[in-house]
Amino acid sequence: MDKFEIAVLSLVRSDSRMSVKDMATALKSDEAKVKMTLENLEKSGVILGYTAVVDESKLGKDYVEALIEVKVAPKSAKGFDEIAADIERFDEVRSLYLMSGAYDLCIIIEGKTLREVAMFVSEKLSCLDSVLSTATHFILKKYKIDGTSVESAENERLVVQP
Amino acid sequence: MDYGKKINPAVRSIKPSGIRKFFDIAAEIPDAISLGVGEPDFVTPWSTRSAAITSIRRGHTAYTSNRGLKELRTEISRYLSSRFFLDYDPEKEMFVTVGASEAIDLALRTLVSFGDEVLVPDPSYVSYVPGIMLAGGVPVPVPTRAEDDFALTVSALESVATEKSKVLILPYPNNPTGAIMTKEQLEDVARFAKERDLMIISDEIYAELTYGRRHVSVCTLDGMKERCVLISGFSKAFAMTGWRIGYVAASKEVTDEMLKIHQYTIMCAPTFSQYAALDALKSGATDGYADVEYMREQYDMRRSFLASRLSDMGLNCFEPKGAFYVFPSVKKSGMDGEEFAERLLKGKHVAVVPGNAFGEGGKEFVRCSYACSLSTLKTACERIEEFLK
Repeated sequence: MDKFEIAVLSLVRSDSRMSVKDMATALKSDEAKVKMTLENLEKSGVILGYTAVVDESKLGKDYVEALIEVKVAPKSAKGFDEIAADIERFDEVRSLYLMSGAYDLCIIIEGKTLREVAMFVSEKLSCLDSVLSTATHFILKKYKIDGTSVESAENERLVVQP
Repeated sequence: MDYGKKINPAVRSIKPSGIRKFFDIAAEIPDAISLGVGEPDFVTPWSTRSAAITSIRRGHTAYTSNRGLKELRTEISRYLSSRFFLDYDPEKEMFVTVGASEAIDLALRTLVSFGDEVLVPDPSYVSYVPGIMLAGGVPVPVPTRAEDDFALTVSALESVATEKSKVLILPYPNNPTGAIMTKEQLEDVARFAKERDLMIISDEIYAELTYGRRHVSVCTLDGMKERCVLISGFSKAFAMTGWRIGYVAASKEVTDEMLKIHQYTIMCAPTFSQYAALDALKSGATDGYADVEYMREQYDMRRSFLASRLSDMGLNCFEPKGAFYVFPSVKKSGMDGEEFAERLLKGKHVAVVPGNAFGEGGKEFVRCSYACSLSTLKTACERIEEFLK
């Protein structure tokens, strides 16, 4: 990746709503070049989508998130990819990663209640053939989400200063 | 009681800062977006914060020497040498102060005698003029103009300097204009200072924040070190405003005199802040000042964005090459800076600082700071655009 692509990516990662025009202005470039760079990043799969960073605890409704450690028996030909595809299809799964270390797959899952998450583990996840064991950890509080601090320090500054 | 007779007339004659009024109005508007700040929006890098905590845990809670920690002075000396080609002896030619603000006050009190004229570029940072008055001097504004990119010119100096002129304050990169001085421009000023036998107080607190070219210190010019008092600090470059750590570097003769005031009024800069500053320099030296470079790159993007957006709206501004301010003229709006700032704040809830807070020359301008996120700048620009319609 060249320096310009890295700069565009850093802008769009810090504010995905920033317009192409504004990015061009900040980077002293032209809109066509920024637009093309973004399209290339999308086509090559570097940028998968544009979303909002949400603090779910402020939604004012029941919401729980859990991290599930999963140990699986990999299939001889397909390795972990096949079982990962099986797990990925569930709507409750927000993120899914293959890990090094004590377990194989890490799932971030969301649900309305503890019970709903528990039901997912016991009735859907554990029933899959390759799953050997699971360990579920509920997320209690978030301090930083995708690079954004939940409590920003910016507001502490005085509004007008010399 | 008649306080009129109790209060020192020199203090009474000082006007409260023009910014105060805006602070009060802004306090009534909780959702105001501020382009009025004068400090980085970055939090001090973690390793520096951690170094302060460690120093406290280890019980480093006593005074340091008046000059400050020897290790810190050594690092400052190395830093000045490697970044700006400056040569100061950490033992004899520098000491650590409570922010650059203290250093400015000390320099003025040491160099200015009663009735001496002090030349101050106008517009400039708010504390020089009161500082000169408290030292018994007479502030003489030296007009700088947008046409010259707000650089200080010899012709402007010649137009106001007299026999009584003794000191020149050289605050570049400049707050509020964002102007810098090139080496050639500094050489002209240096020649003038030698001709008129002026001492120079060079406030280089924004030295790390220049865009497109590196800062040149007047103190590095031939024969100028003996004539200059260099003032800088950690607030802007290392995002350490609240720590209050600055420093002064000058000839042994001047430093020794300044140190007397420092030792009787301040004793020493806060010890844990000194340990934090030490870490900032040490980590900088090992990673090529990565944090400073990162912050500068971010400021640069915001600078391009803000200057270009304001220009598109018809608010004329020259390209500021230093600090983190843009200083557009608001003449086209039919208002002066003060009216513009007040109406913008009350009507559209965007705070900027009227240029006249920094001197008469700033009357038709406002200072907009880009020490805030791009999304904040974006929203502020949208509101300013609506305001101008």
